[in-house]
Amino acid sequence: MTKTVLSVDDSPSIREMMAFALEPHGYTVVQAEDGNDGLRQMSANNIDLVITDLNMPNMNGIEMTRAIRADTRFDGVPIVLLTTEGQREKMIEGKAAGAAGWIVKPFDEQKICSIVKKMIG
Amino acid sequence: MSSPKSTFIQEANDLLQMLEEVLLELETAPESPGQIDAAFRALHTLKGSGGMFGFGELAAFSHHFEDAFDQLREGRATVSPELIAVSLDSRDHLAALLALGPDEEADEDTRIIGDALLARLRKLMDTPADVSDTFAGQPPAPDAASAEPVVPRRWSISFSAEPSALKNGFRPELLWDELALLGSLRLTCLGDNVPELEILDPGECYLRWEMELETSVSRERIEDVFIFSMDAEIEIKALDPVEAGVASEPDQDPDSPAETATVTENGPVAAPKSESVRVQADRLDDLMDQLGELVIAQARLKSICEKFDDPRLESTVEEIEALVTGLRDTTLSIRMLPVSRVFGKFRRVIRDLSLELEKPAQLITEGGDTEVDKNIIDSLTEPLVHMIRNSLDHGVEDVAAREASGKPATATVRLSACQSGGEVLISISDDGAGLNAEAIRERAVERGLIAADQYISTEALYQLIFEPGFSTAKNLSSVSGRGVGMDAVRRVVDDLRGTIDVKSVAGQGTKVTLRLPLTLAIIDGLLVEVDGDKFVIPLSSVEECVELPDIETARDDGRTILRIRDQLVSYLSLDKLFGYNISTRSHRRVAIVNADGQRIGLVVDDVLGQLQTVIKPLSPFHHMVEELAGATILGDGSIALILDVNALVRRATTVMIAA
Repeated sequence: MTKTVLSVDDSPSIREMMAFALEPHGYTVVQAEDGNDGLRQMSANNIDLVITDLNMPNMNGIEMTRAIRADTRFDGVPIVLLTTEGQREKMIEGKAAGAAGWIVKPFDEQKICSIVKKMIG
Repeated sequence: MSSPKSTFIQEANDLLQMLEEVLLELETAPESPGQIDAAFRALHTLKGSGGMFGFGELAAFSHHFEDAFDQLREGRATVSPELIAVSLDSRDHLAALLALGPDEEADEDTRIIGDALLARLRKLMDTPADVSDTFAGQPPAPDAASAEPVVPRRWSISFSAEPSALKNGFRPELLWDELALLGSLRLTCLGDNVPELEILDPGECYLRWEMELETSVSRERIEDVFIFSMDAEIEIKALDPVEAGVASEPDQDPDSPAETATVTENGPVAAPKSESVRVQADRLDDLMDQLGELVIAQARLKSICEKFDDPRLESTVEEIEALVTGLRDTTLSIRMLPVSRVFGKFRRVIRDLSLELEKPAQLITEGGDTEVDKNIIDSLTEPLVHMIRNSLDHGVEDVAAREASGKPATATVRLSACQSGGEVLISISDDGAGLNAEAIRERAVERGLIAADQYISTEALYQLIFEPGFSTAKNLSSVSGRGVGMDAVRRVVDDLRGTIDVKSVAGQGTKVTLRLPLTLAIIDGLLVEVDGDKFVIPLSSVEECVELPDIETARDDGRTILRIRDQLVSYLSLDKLFGYNISTRSHRRVAIVNADGQRIGLVVDDVLGQLQTVIKPLSPFHHMVEELAGATILGDGSIALILDVNALVRRATTVMIAA
């Protein structure tokens, strides 16, 4: 069964890069442009993994992480944060909010793939 | 194919434009956290993504630039005019770096500009140069150090996940699989922390694991497997004496910079977006071309159908016609973009110009949501920039003169757009001195455009400013003297099948209006016949069709006025105008059109009906014929010329004046 990854980012190029990196490896990539959109996509699709940016308009990545964790339907769905160097406090905050891991920008396709594989196989 | 790279370039361009607007907004209202936040986010994205798509220098520069806005966000610095000026220049620098293309290195000059900008930024921000120089824009290279050959070693690993780990998506079995790939793994699961059944929460994780791993990979590689287990208790010990049991917290890196970033309040609420997909423009052009061919093929089908008397064929043909019409409208609407896309750029133009010319000016835009075909928008930017420059340079007086004539010191340039019938009107008006008709006349005589004693209407006189090489400015300034001239403006507008109106009142200002068609490719047309030849009149300019009373045809007193419902409408006979044989037919028709705002009749032999007209350009040779907007292929394969009503009436009127 194909696994579905939700890429939440206000930057379309990051979302497309996710799709570009993951789809050849048999993952389905669903895109959302901010936290609100991300929550909508969570409910609309059967998501196996969430990769989200932190800085986004309307609802940021941490707020979305909290909202997902507060919803028992999504128990067990790991959330990975995209951070830039030097956002260590954000990582800790994200972890406390219920994120399972993080990816530090800049990243390449290989890194994405290996992390997704690590998280959901 | 659209690749993430080209998506990034497009996105970066959008971000830079947005940044420019935000900076200009901040210049007028420095205290708006929403705008600061938006700028920060734009720079953050450029920094984060730039390196990944081959724009390392862009990313590195954005990083420093972003620092400044981070300080603003946190209230450690304030917005000042100098900061805005540096920021705008920095934005331009980013645009230059982006224009280099992916994986290109900036040349020495660009680099010097960049360094100078960063120095200015640092000075404003009071940031010591060395603090923020740690950014690496490129994706990390594979770590060569960790690949050092290590003799197989035994490691003891103990791991206990935090209670909420499973809920958060932690999958221990995947970790064990990964570890097993590194060497031989012996795994023991310990249940000693599992509580009594009454208080056990099945969603929580109470297990601990003890592992023994024999592997030749480095400690770092093992720690890598547990990269996300920051809060879980993880202990990795070497069992061999070479490295005596040093407990390690893999994720605690004491050297990590203590850079802070506070949680942002939500920035400016993004306009509600409808779901959208980005499509490359040339695909739209292809779609349009094919649609044009489809329309022609469909017309052919229709004319063939008329030869058969088959209701089944007829109903199918009708259905196809309706579908093609729908498809045309949808395709056209895809290509429509709001004019605000060009308008946005002009605030910057005005700002920079008013500084350069020392003429304070403000820009007011109206009707930015008016939609126009993308190709029209793209060609409009240059001419509009030039017209705005012209307004400010020649139209607007200097401060002293303005005050002397009782005007506010700050000039107002108004850019507005609205839709009117099948046309879009875009006008630029200023409250400057107005055009100097005398000076234009003198210059026109000097250049031999008109005779010294020639009568010429004011409107026609104003049109002369669009002649090549025409300038009444006594000395060309750096502003208006460079780039395109007003003749280039008219060339662009002509190519778009538009027209330019100029209105000017001495002492009060000038208003230049561009009338442009909504779209360039397919229009609704009225097919008419003159002496056996077929012509298309754009339906958007046709108001009604009436019959020409035979008594008018018989009349030979030269009067060409019709009375339609108590209104007098003058008319032109296309057979006379185009030099055809004078028609002797009875019951001829008159198409009443709207040309440059006045109702005028065009007499034709017959009105054949409406049709969707795919506009094909004329050959370069015939392109000079202003009265023709193009040609189209009819269902029977023959060609009909498309009339440019405005130009036709204009020429006919001047011919009449001259006669």
